[in-house]
Amino acid sequence: MSNKENSFHRRVFEGKAATFAIVTTVAISIGGLVELTPMFMASSSLSWERSDWITPYTPLEVAGRDIYIREGCYLCHSQMIRPMRAEILRYGEWTRAAEYQYDRPFLLGSRRLGPDLQRVGGKYPDAWHYEHMRDPRATSPGSIMPTYAWLIDDKFDPADIAKSVQALAKVGTPYDATDEASVAALLQSQGGQIVTNLSSAGITAEWDDEIVAMIAYLQRMGVEGRAHLDEGGGR
Amino acid sequence: MEQTTAGTVAAGSDRSYDMDIVKMFFTATVIWAIVGMLVGVIIALQLAWWPANMGLPWTTFGRLRPLHTNAVIFAFGGNVVFTGMYHSMQRLLKTRMFSDTLSRIHFWGWQLIIVAAAITLPLGLTQSKEYAELIWPIDVAITLVWVVFAINFFGTLAQRKVKHLYVAIWFYMSFVLTIAVLHIVNSLVIPATFLRSYPIYAGLTDALVQWWYGHNAVGFFLTTPFLGLMYYYLPKAADRPIYSYRLSIIHFWALVFLYIWAGPHHLLYSAVPDWAQTLGMVFSIVLLAPSWGGMLNGLLTLRGAWDRVRTDPILKFMVVAVSFYGMSTFEGPMMSIRAVNGLAHYTNWVIGHVHSGALGWVGMISFGMMYWMIQNIWNRPLRHPEWASHHFWLATIGIVIYTVALWAAGLMEGLQWRALNDAGQLANPIFVDITARLQPFMWLRLIGGTMYLVGAVMMAINFWQTIRGPGTPQGEPAAVAAD
Repeated sequence: MSNKENSFHRRVFEGKAATFAIVTTVAISIGGLVELTPMFMASSSLSWERSDWITPYTPLEVAGRDIYIREGCYLCHSQMIRPMRAEILRYGEWTRAAEYQYDRPFLLGSRRLGPDLQRVGGKYPDAWHYEHMRDPRATSPGSIMPTYAWLIDDKFDPADIAKSVQALAKVGTPYDATDEASVAALLQSQGGQIVTNLSSAGITAEWDDEIVAMIAYLQRMGVEGRAHLDEGGGR
Repeated sequence: MEQTTAGTVAAGSDRSYDMDIVKMFFTATVIWAIVGMLVGVIIALQLAWWPANMGLPWTTFGRLRPLHTNAVIFAFGGNVVFTGMYHSMQRLLKTRMFSDTLSRIHFWGWQLIIVAAAITLPLGLTQSKEYAELIWPIDVAITLVWVVFAINFFGTLAQRKVKHLYVAIWFYMSFVLTIAVLHIVNSLVIPATFLRSYPIYAGLTDALVQWWYGHNAVGFFLTTPFLGLMYYYLPKAADRPIYSYRLSIIHFWALVFLYIWAGPHHLLYSAVPDWAQTLGMVFSIVLLAPSWGGMLNGLLTLRGAWDRVRTDPILKFMVVAVSFYGMSTFEGPMMSIRAVNGLAHYTNWVIGHVHSGALGWVGMISFGMMYWMIQNIWNRPLRHPEWASHHFWLATIGIVIYTVALWAAGLMEGLQWRALNDAGQLANPIFVDITARLQPFMWLRLIGGTMYLVGAVMMAINFWQTIRGPGTPQGEPAAVAAD
């Protein structure tokens, strides 16, 4: 260490804070640029993760997804089936990139305190989800999931959902109509269908109940992807 | 490295420095440490015993877990780093901080951001990205406060009375710069309302940006600034210069260059392109080299002082911290290997890994630094010196119980999720059957975490009584600002 006082590093960097800061910024930028730039380019040329067999979330599904985010569901439930035999047996076809194309934000999750939900859509009737949210142990004995009974009592605001749809349209989600009246009409028609399904199981609900939006989102998960892959797509 | 050797900075020179800001950040650190760890214990209880979710929207696991992670990373971790930076920078650069006003804006701005987080997260106001959950108005506030902090940091560098920058300052600088880049790029959103927004990235691009951020939040919020603290306070506490100057150069540049690449290891086996996954895996494995270089530089600094490790609680905390740094930076690269990740991902093993780094490295180096500081800044002997030792053992044994329980739980669930019977079908088709088998480990982890919290509470009481207690005959020189 005899030459420490005159070392290259000492002369060039340690005495010059600005040089040190600039070179550090360059050093921490390279990895990110190499890994992220191709993603941005691919997304903007619509090549690698866009496909027409996935449609945007409907306003009611957007409302449900917002509730899913609010409650932190993604902290215990992943939405990413890995290409492994046991995963495919348990959850269904592994997840393709295009299935996430309208996911803002992405909700892949990082922990499975509960099962993966990528393809939960269509697996259970609407009434099952209603009961499961009210009391998870009623449908899944031994579950450690909290109860979400307030979803049954609380209502969403259609005007608020319209603002979400408008923001999603602004970042590039292809919606035909984003005005408040059109969004409210779509919410009411899709919500009405779920209310009908629930009433046939003896459950009374209204189209603007939060539970209805939540069921709409859960029931759409992975359905389009599964239909496409069952037909032999993506292979 | 004249400034690294303890004793060369005359104690009296603290008079011209701003020690009040150090005390402010120090106090905030102790308070937020208790809050963040308490929330951690509560959500650990919820996993062992679900009725602890209490049936209220604001107290469910899904809303409290982000509160726990934000509180321990940004409230405890942030404040402890700022405490050490504001203290060591003034001494290393032999100058007062650039602006007392900016220091206070930084302090109060940061505390307000934490309070805003503590209110919004239980209300379910979140962007859902891990460690970047806070809604966009708070993100804007973070950016503004960070700019204030950066001006204060670089302003202090500009007016330094010492020509050469010591290695701790390099690590602090990488923290200031990188967190700014990560935070801004990952927070780009289009607001829908004042409380809700959607990211400009979609799908897997959004995921890749987030894990570039998420992994480097660990790297540049929980690693590099704490390495800066290690490079300053470990030699101080051991009364020895740092082992190798050359090793510190290699440690710094290799670490900051390599760390950034490792993010995609959070997305192995996803539909992210294979080349990106492989880059993430390879760079994660290479990262072992500089990490262990840094660990050795820390441990070898203690050569000739090992006898004092037996008796000095400060050195005990620091040695265990650096050892856990070495252990978790070995475990991390191993878990980044695709095949290992296939087993570990989604399981308790990942949570155990995170906590061996967070409780073992970040927590223990912080406690070591704080026990050193309370005696050097407030100029008082500890009110209960033996409690520091009790704290050390509670924390160390607590971490061991915690991580071993989660290793076992993680391996168990990983193996049982994938187990097939002779017919090639799932051996455990019912998910909650596996969950039920994990419960004993959830109770064990609660015990380990509670021990760690009890140790931290003992530290807080000890500090409180030390500050309130009688001072040394010299009184309180550090609190008086000469200029």
